[in-house]
Amino acid sequence: MKIRGKVWKFGDDVNTDVIIPARYLRTFDSSVWPQHVMEGIDPEFSKKVQPGDIIVAGRNFGCGSSREQAALAIKLAGIAAVVAESFGWIFFRNAINNGLPAVECPGISKAVETGDLIEIDLEKGVVSTPRGILQIKPYPVFMREILAHGGLVEYFKRKIRGD
Amino acid sequence: MSTAVEKIFARTLGRRVEAGDFVEAPVDLMYFHDGTGPLVLKHLVEEMEVTSIPHPERTVIVFDHSAPPHNDQVADLQRYVRKWASKLRIKYLYDLGEGICHQVVPEKGHVKPGQIIIGADSHTCTLGAFAAFATGIGATDMSYALATSTLWFKVPETLQVKMKGSLSRGVYSKDLILYIAGRLSASGALGKTLEFSGPALASFSVADRMTLCNMAVELGAISGFCPVNEDVLKFLRSRGAHADFTSSTDEGAADEVVEVDCSEVEPMVAAPSTVDNVKPVADVEGTPVDEVFIGSCTNGRIEDLRVAAAILKERRVAEGVRLVVVPASREVYLQALREGIIEELLKAGAMIGVPGCGPCLGLHMGVLADGEVAVSTANRNFVGRMGSKKARIYLASPATAAASAVEGRIADPRRYLP
Ligand code: SF4
Repeated sequence: MKIRGKVWKFGDDVNTDVIIPARYLRTFDSSVWPQHVMEGIDPEFSKKVQPGDIIVAGRNFGCGSSREQAALAIKLAGIAAVVAESFGWIFFRNAINNGLPAVECPGISKAVETGDLIEIDLEKGVVSTPRGILQIKPYPVFMREILAHGGLVEYFKRKIRGD
Repeated sequence: MSTAVEKIFARTLGRRVEAGDFVEAPVDLMYFHDGTGPLVLKHLVEEMEVTSIPHPERTVIVFDHSAPPHNDQVADLQRYVRKWASKLRIKYLYDLGEGICHQVVPEKGHVKPGQIIIGADSHTCTLGAFAAFATGIGATDMSYALATSTLWFKVPETLQVKMKGSLSRGVYSKDLILYIAGRLSASGALGKTLEFSGPALASFSVADRMTLCNMAVELGAISGFCPVNEDVLKFLRSRGAHADFTSSTDEGAADEVVEVDCSEVEPMVAAPSTVDNVKPVADVEGTPVDEVFIGSCTNGRIEDLRVAAAILKERRVAEGVRLVVVPASREVYLQALREGIIEELLKAGAMIGVPGCGPCLGLHMGVLADGEVAVSTANRNFVGRMGSKKARIYLASPATAAASAVEGRIADPRRYLP
């Protein structure tokens, strides 16, 4: 799987309260979430972001609460992948479970700036940036399968239950 | 040579397990609340089309995030959770007013050492205080676990904090964990189990251990952990939970060890807007305060209310300051009533909230306006956490919070203690 897109860059320790505050979560209307994505850092972000764009961040992206709407808000805003130095554990799981590639890539935050074009090649395990090629940690097989099914729900239905 | 967490997974799986292994393991206990519950059940019932689960008796729901609901939309989502909890025959539902899930679950005897516990809430790590492997996960993971009673884990490495010495007067477990967060940073334990050990651990009560483990996730940890001692076992026995796992991490098995001398710690705050922006209270003393919140799964226990009441007794909350106190559970509230603590707090000018999360996550019961400053005993001071993005939150111990309520400014609690 190859993902090519334009970069929006953020810093270290981006937490789920700035990705989406709790007051927007008390609804099943998922169209609300992408409207407020990253609001705590950049209130205009949801207006600027284009489908297929990629978020690049530093250490511990998505730290904080277990709210899955943080991963969903990013995905529903059209973001194709999040590439970070490292991730908060729960966010990482939530992203994969919802079919949003969360890619751990040491060195990425120094290699790219907002506006750069990058390409992620999940099979080859590399990220190509204007300043060179970086290695990424490969996913274990079952995680690749979850992503290939578009998330854990479909993986459960087709692979585990065998629908 | 193994860590305690490796031993827990090995015991469950019946084979040797090492940190870094990906495993699929049965879970002993699953819990979620009214905040994450709607999405958990929507994924389970509407998307995965699962309408009966194999282990409803291992499942607990606690209504804590909006207790009671603050608008009709939330009331409706809570009704949705009740409806499906009943159809799925989920055995334990603690409804509004019972308290915060991380407090209620151990109080009601659901937790045992050596268990693998998942909660659809990041502070599930609190239950590491009872020598369980307890970790927070998201809604879809919870739905999957409800449907299969299993989940995949990456067995975490262990970062051991060896604690020696003792805390001085006016310094509490909250100050210690803030101090540790300041030293190690918000990603200092990323992906690991943060384990508390060393000679000082013996002096920490069950409540203290819960406070320490509660904040493990604020250092990026997957779980917190304390080996059991007699106090913990006594607490568990009194709740009908009998322990058969008393192992701890073997010497030399932890991936990283940090030493902390408790006697060096003073009253601390985490200043806005990250939990690792930690400073001694002395550095921020005198900062004017609009709201003080005493409560949450970090510091809403009877021990915390006792400390707050000792400072507020026969004193008044400063003019213009709102003091919101929310007991972590009905049991805590009742005990505080019996001890006269609630009366003292009310006389001092406090508002007492319904047991639950209260203003911790900015939904109700004390939301902050632009430019306001709060001192909170909870665990997160992120931008927008308690309301306005322009509000600022200082995290502190119940003693520092109470002293700040009295002065209307951030204050050192040691002045108020006998
Ligand atoms: S008290 Fe705060 S941190 Fe604890 S479970 Fe409730 S919202 Fe989360």
